[in-house]
Amino acid sequence: MTVAATAGLSDLRSFLHGLPGVDHVGVEARAAALATRSIKADSKAKAIDLAIRMIDLTTLEGADTPGKVRALCAKARRPDPADPSCPPVAAICVYPAMVPVAAAALAGSGVHLASVATAFPSGQAPLEVKLADTREAVAAGAGEIDMVISRGAFLAGDYTRVFDEITAVKDACGGAHLKVILETGELGTYDNIRRASWLAMLAGADFIKTSTGKVAVNATLPITLVMLEAVRDFRERHGRIIGVKPAGGIKTTKDAIKYLVLINETVGDDWLHPDRFRLGASSLLNDLLMQRTKLTTGHYAGPDYFTLD
Amino acid sequence: MFEYAPAPESRSVVDLAGSYGLFIDGAFDSGKDGNVFKTVNPATEEVLAEVATAGPEDVDRAVAAARRAFGPWSELPGAERAKYLFRIARIIQERARELAVLESLDNGKPIKEARDVDLPLVAAHFFYYAGWADKLAYAGFGPDPRPLGVAGQVIPWNFPLLMLAWKVAPALATGNTVVLKPAETTPLSALFFADVCRQAELPPGVVNIVTGAGDTGAYLVQHPDVDKVAFTGSTEVGREIARTVAGSGKRLTLELGGKAANIVFDDAPVDQAVEGIVNGIFFNQGHVCCAGSRLLVQESIADSFLDSLKRRMATLRVGDPLDKNTDIGAINSAAQLARISELSEIGSAEGAERWSPECSLPERGFWFAPTIFTGVTQAHRIAREEIFGPVLSVLTFRTPEEAVAKANNTPYGLSAGIWTEKGSRILAVADKLRAGVVWANTFNKFDPASPFGGYKESGYGREGGRHGLEAYLA
Repeated sequence: MTVAATAGLSDLRSFLHGLPGVDHVGVEARAAALATRSIKADSKAKAIDLAIRMIDLTTLEGADTPGKVRALCAKARRPDPADPSCPPVAAICVYPAMVPVAAAALAGSGVHLASVATAFPSGQAPLEVKLADTREAVAAGAGEIDMVISRGAFLAGDYTRVFDEITAVKDACGGAHLKVILETGELGTYDNIRRASWLAMLAGADFIKTSTGKVAVNATLPITLVMLEAVRDFRERHGRIIGVKPAGGIKTTKDAIKYLVLINETVGDDWLHPDRFRLGASSLLNDLLMQRTKLTTGHYAGPDYFTLD
Repeated sequence: MFEYAPAPESRSVVDLAGSYGLFIDGAFDSGKDGNVFKTVNPATEEVLAEVATAGPEDVDRAVAAARRAFGPWSELPGAERAKYLFRIARIIQERARELAVLESLDNGKPIKEARDVDLPLVAAHFFYYAGWADKLAYAGFGPDPRPLGVAGQVIPWNFPLLMLAWKVAPALATGNTVVLKPAETTPLSALFFADVCRQAELPPGVVNIVTGAGDTGAYLVQHPDVDKVAFTGSTEVGREIARTVAGSGKRLTLELGGKAANIVFDDAPVDQAVEGIVNGIFFNQGHVCCAGSRLLVQESIADSFLDSLKRRMATLRVGDPLDKNTDIGAINSAAQLARISELSEIGSAEGAERWSPECSLPERGFWFAPTIFTGVTQAHRIAREEIFGPVLSVLTFRTPEEAVAKANNTPYGLSAGIWTEKGSRILAVADKLRAGVVWANTFNKFDPASPFGGYKESGYGREGGRHGLEAYLA
């Protein structure tokens, strides 16, 4: 690990506050400019399949039941029952209580199983509770853990606490991959998003993720751009590739393709892969399937031709 | 790699005739001598149309038509003139796609830019000055400011329709009439604008368009019945016009060249500064008088900043201007390409280090890869002369004082950029820069409400905003 791991609060603080600032007008203009790219024909077809392969198909509701989760798992394995050429999604993302059901439903499919943990979505629980939450999810079969940071501690400037929590959760993950949710919609500024990204990466995150999907502002293009710049710069300095996962509010094929363009023109090829980039979404999948069918058949099929799960 | 399939904008939205005449007194005619010149698509060298060359008698007729129209036009209540300008603005918006494609074809600029920058600004200028037409008494130029008469306007090829808008909109709002000469390599959008004027039922003679080369422009600015000359273009031609006009009693505004410094301090927002530098010099192929053609970067961050800049430049998409994903289009003419190439050769010969990303350029047409020169000093010609192409000269500085001194050490003074997260530094440095426009943490931002113009050899007078009215009022 890094200097920061052993360093005291003041070093971590001075490092994070020494990162170059983000000009919010500039970053939003850049994201908006990239959003005008026109992706057609063959490149659109490839982008759609890649986007499907990058989806963390998610259900995080109080009303989730084994039946609902099993249905979603079936969808994840074979998103379009009518077309075997359609690839499966990257992963299913559920609450810890649903992990055993999902693990059984996904067995042998190659679809990863992710579980949110650490008192998702607020993170407002004692550390021991968060760690137990994590261990249980991993023990039940989750290969990926989506944790939340303590935004309260981060905003209070207690970076060491956030750092230590992430390292502790990482430890509790064992072999499972760790995605760290920054909850960017609660961090207030792009400067904070860049700092939180670095904090999470230094503490051992395998992925940094924008949002829980439970607050007013979830993933946006400029937020994701700032995070992509952070993983790019982190690799330059530390040689390790960290993944990025925007989540929440990505609903259409157009939206998804904008994220792929963003990757393509800022961090490049190495992140154009489901191991490095995920889209946390649920309704997005059917829109991708609808566009995919349109490209192969030349006409749009109605919503009833795609399964509701 | 995620390759983008071609996404060409359709050419069929533009109905091009084989030949175009002069627009005088509300009608098109072929000119007295019947001389013509060809205008080509610089991306393919295909001839787009033949256009009439206006001789002295044609210019006479145009000025006479403008003179006849001046009386009634200037006597209209401001609110009535505003109606015509609002109508023109709306028609431009309705025909924006057609005009954007046309501009891209004739100029070589990417459709993305014509569509998202040029055309919206053209319409915005007409809307803005339409709003002033009935409020001139409150513009700060006395209780009853009067128009000057006939304005002779000569515009460049880099933003053909936008420069037309900058000239025509304030002239008409203030009650003047116009004879405008577009550039020889980009006459078409001005002729389409003539059609917009007819569609708006603008009275004949209020706007006249005479096409041709430098001679036509010279007849126009020398014409004894022209009251006001407005020119945008090279400093060399601007000087000649100033000499011609001197002592004639004509009013003159000049918007000329530039060699703007884009200053990056060590506390800049790096990723956005890189964007700003790229936009500053590669926007519109660097055919921008206010282009940030000198990068002044603080020496302490120069190496890593240049790495970031090069990485970003490698993603620029150069090619077919009509492709919606093209970032950098064609150089406007063979002559301009020759000038850019020549100055770049001189840069190399003088010892600066030249770098361009790998990019395959089309075989036909006029193309120049985005280029930066590092190791440039104030003594290099590429640090002093306007290249007017996608070529950036990179210099370093150690302190804010040195940055200001180097930025100001140029015969020009049109624009400058400052990149720092420190607000007090922005204010302190901007105060010392001798440039008409200073952008902070952004570059090449235009708005009709904001005056634009230069210091020193970058010209005099202001266009845009309330200030832009003054050049057309007595």
